[in-house]
Amino acid sequence: MPDFLLEIGCEEIPARMIDAASLELRTRLSDLLQRERLAASQAISYLDTPRRLAVLVSGIPSAQPDVTEQINGPSVSVAFKDGQPTPAAHAFAKKAGVDVSQLERVTTPKGEYLSAKVTKKGRAAADLLAELLPKEINSIYWPKNMYWRKPSEKFVRPVRWLVALLDDQVVPLEFDGIRAGNQSRGHRILADGPVPIARPGNAYVDALKQAKVLGRGDREAQIRKALDAATRTIPGARWREDKALLDKVVNLTEYPSVILGNFDPEFLELPEEVLVTVMRDHQNYFAIEDGSTHKLTPHFLAVLNTDGDPQGIIRHGHERVLRARFNDARFFWQTDQKHRLRERTEWLKAVTFQKDLGSYYEKALRVQRLCSWSAEIIRQSGTQIRPGVIHKAAYLAKTDLTTELVKEFTELQGIVGGLYARVQQLDADLPENARFAIADAIYDQYKPESMEDSVPRTLEGAVLSIADKADSIAGMFALGLQPTGSKDPFALRRQANGIVKTIAEYKLPLHLSRLFADAREAYRGSEAEKKFSAKVDFPNSLRDFFRERLEFYLRDALGFKYDVVNAVLAAGSDDVVDAVARAQAVTKVRPSADFESISVAFKRIKNILRQAAETKKEIAGTVEAAALQEAAERDLAARIPQAAKAVAALSAQRNYEPALIEISKLRPAVDTFFDKVMVMVEDDRLRANRLGLLQTLLKEFSTIADFSEIVTEGTK
Amino acid sequence: MNPSKPNPPTFQELILRLQTFWAERGCVLQQPYDVEVGAGTMAPETFLRVLGPKPYKVAYVQPSRRPADGRYGENPNRLYKHNQLQVILKPPPENVQELYLESLGAMGIDLRQHDIKFEEDNWESPTLGAWGIGWQVMLDGLEITQFTYFQQCGGVDLDPISAELTYGLERIAAFLQDVDSIYDIVWARDPETGGVTTYGDVRLADELQFSVYNFETADVEKAWQHFALCESECRALLEKFAALGKEEIATGGVGRNKKRFPVLGAYDLCLKCSHLFNILDARGAISVTERVSVIARVRALAVGIARAYVDQQSDAPAEESEAEPVGKKAKPKREVAPV
Repeated sequence: MPDFLLEIGCEEIPARMIDAASLELRTRLSDLLQRERLAASQAISYLDTPRRLAVLVSGIPSAQPDVTEQINGPSVSVAFKDGQPTPAAHAFAKKAGVDVSQLERVTTPKGEYLSAKVTKKGRAAADLLAELLPKEINSIYWPKNMYWRKPSEKFVRPVRWLVALLDDQVVPLEFDGIRAGNQSRGHRILADGPVPIARPGNAYVDALKQAKVLGRGDREAQIRKALDAATRTIPGARWREDKALLDKVVNLTEYPSVILGNFDPEFLELPEEVLVTVMRDHQNYFAIEDGSTHKLTPHFLAVLNTDGDPQGIIRHGHERVLRARFNDARFFWQTDQKHRLRERTEWLKAVTFQKDLGSYYEKALRVQRLCSWSAEIIRQSGTQIRPGVIHKAAYLAKTDLTTELVKEFTELQGIVGGLYARVQQLDADLPENARFAIADAIYDQYKPESMEDSVPRTLEGAVLSIADKADSIAGMFALGLQPTGSKDPFALRRQANGIVKTIAEYKLPLHLSRLFADAREAYRGSEAEKKFSAKVDFPNSLRDFFRERLEFYLRDALGFKYDVVNAVLAAGSDDVVDAVARAQAVTKVRPSADFESISVAFKRIKNILRQAAETKKEIAGTVEAAALQEAAERDLAARIPQAAKAVAALSAQRNYEPALIEISKLRPAVDTFFDKVMVMVEDDRLRANRLGLLQTLLKEFSTIADFSEIVTEGTK
Repeated sequence: MNPSKPNPPTFQELILRLQTFWAERGCVLQQPYDVEVGAGTMAPETFLRVLGPKPYKVAYVQPSRRPADGRYGENPNRLYKHNQLQVILKPPPENVQELYLESLGAMGIDLRQHDIKFEEDNWESPTLGAWGIGWQVMLDGLEITQFTYFQQCGGVDLDPISAELTYGLERIAAFLQDVDSIYDIVWARDPETGGVTTYGDVRLADELQFSVYNFETADVEKAWQHFALCESECRALLEKFAALGKEEIATGGVGRNKKRFPVLGAYDLCLKCSHLFNILDARGAISVTERVSVIARVRALAVGIARAYVDQQSDAPAEESEAEPVGKKAKPKREVAPV
């Protein structure tokens, strides 16, 4: 059982694409081996770097196993005439690869037929791999392809060499004009000449190690170790863990090392956000903080793709670049202070938010209105809120788009506005604490940027964040630009997720239908409104859109079971906080036997009512007590109003768990009803009243959740 | 002093070394194009030569004007006009990356003492209807070159593709000479007296005055008029060219008149529009909404010229590709500007 190696050598693959492509290549190879009956006994291992994707499999069969099968031929009456084989018999024997004398006979219901045992020889693994792998290589998904020769197979960057070996034998595969061999290449600078590979397995990994190329795991370990070692030279310091950055530098290097660089402590006057963004996003540097105060120190760590910097030449270069970048940032910071955020609101008139929705200035005014409406709802619910803070924050929120700093570092939008608001005089007699509150709200306005990100730190920030997103979503929907399928160019889903999460975590009394009616109202009379599409069913399309977002939030972020989520949302998806409370209550009572039984009964009721509707049977709107005959049905009818009253009272207090227990208490009455009472009787009046009774039951007790959605033992 | 190199090249030596290197590898050495451009890519030696099937290798310095980037000579890292050394290899040889790395050696960079990385950086130029994929080449954390495989130009799919290497000369010189301000770069050193002429001596007045012109005094209304004049003449030329094609097919005289038609003249007009747009932009005379439509107008000219050029080179008209750049978020073209 030989070992196999495939190495695709190419020009530098973008760091962000390597891990996914490597995984896909492994999956493709594994599927191919399975499909072709060449499955290996061991898992596929891999070695990837910016310049190569390699997969290694040990112990694959050198050929497919032979397959023996019985095939049937012509009927005996056709194949033999007067005991002599006819041309049909000869043709079949030839096809089966046996002599006519070896042909067998089988009896079928249609008569007697010729039959033969055929052995299909398995093909050699080398041939199959050479034939099939190029197609797999060509099918790897890349977020951005290129072609470099036409007509060409596609890959993310030009492929420059291939190594394909079964033990010590080259597998003769070819991809885009490159023939596989047994010569790999080492590190660009640290290794000389081609690297001959004797065979797959450790021989390959060792040969590359000699040529200063390490696999992903080794690189990551080497980088972590070197980051620790470099940081230890500064007393009490530690480097800031940053998974995304670490993944990136791991995939930018074949043989990493780390240098510690310094910058002038006077740059520490700049906000940390700016310094970290320059270091991390623009230079791929790790920041170093003081272990106890967590404040930045004037040092950085750069990951190199070489084995060291004995003379400090590389460090000198990195320090020089960082100095220039920090100088720029400081220059922008100082330039920006010449015009306060207040002045910049005017400038927003020239910045387009969206071509049909007008400028950011207009957006600011709309968001301001929406904020005050929402703040009023919150205030009326008895929560303390500072409308003045929100009002001012909404007005200034987008002004940082006109600053040099945000033009240079777009990822700092919002944050820069918040930082500037903190240090600038916003209004003549504004107390400092109000100014800081405004600054915090502006700073947090884009939060949460993902389900993992935290919500704004303050209630005022939360209201601003919700209003800003609601304004964008409302405008886009009204224009008919809602997301479809995988297309969501304005990231409206992400923004909607942010609204749901913020409302839920702050437990805000903002109902989605009201929020969006208000957001739509804020557009009234605007130029933008003239562009709105007449074809859009605004409330319904938003309701459906948010129901999906809420479903995602309950299921994926909060971890509720999908049937609980379905049940709860079927009873309403307008009030996020309420939906969460209902989902919690249903999850709690769900394991009880009574609840399970009620769920089964509700499914049954739903089916009966559906059938009745389909066969156009009358359903009584109000049940006439006198029309009911059996004790079981009269008992149930009598219990409903009492129970409904109790449930309503508890629900009004959001005491959903006891409310659900109240409903569960109906179980004996419901069970007895179904035991003793036949619903679909001939008597029209009686049937209409029995159906009416069930409908009332369903209606009264489906306000917390639609229990028929709950998956029970019987329906799994 | 950069510890790696006791005698770093002057600015002009740097240019000479790179030119010599690429001339020795078969490149035609062109001179800078004499119409204002924002990048070496826009010179006809790149924009037009990458079209069509004919192999070509060329290297040239291209002074590149970006009015909005001016800083009155006060910022040590930013310039209104910087110099790119542009190399086009059509088609790219198999060892194009190795060749590029050798060119760094020719500048005096010993790669064994430095850290070099190729980091993904794709570009898209909406104005030119062009895009490509490639890398920014990072040397000790400094972006020194934009390395791009052109995929489309003027809306035309390229076959063969070209490799474009754009060296940011000021950045590289400042790095080699280890100076923090571009204006301190030694441009020339007199071999007899040892006297030094700096980048500031040569270019500072230029930066100051053009910043004043571009930001403060350029006549907005006249610039719009110039723009409209150049655009209409260019469009008229393109229409004539299209009509000419039909006429010749009708009369069977294909080729003769087409060959002498001034497509190149039309391209100069398009470049002027592009530069006037940049001036108007620097003057703050173009609103954000207008911006998109003005860029679309320049793009229409560029695309029309690319098609006419391909048509002129062969007899079959070029099909404009339907393919849009794959990465929607591709960054706008950002050539290597000084640090």
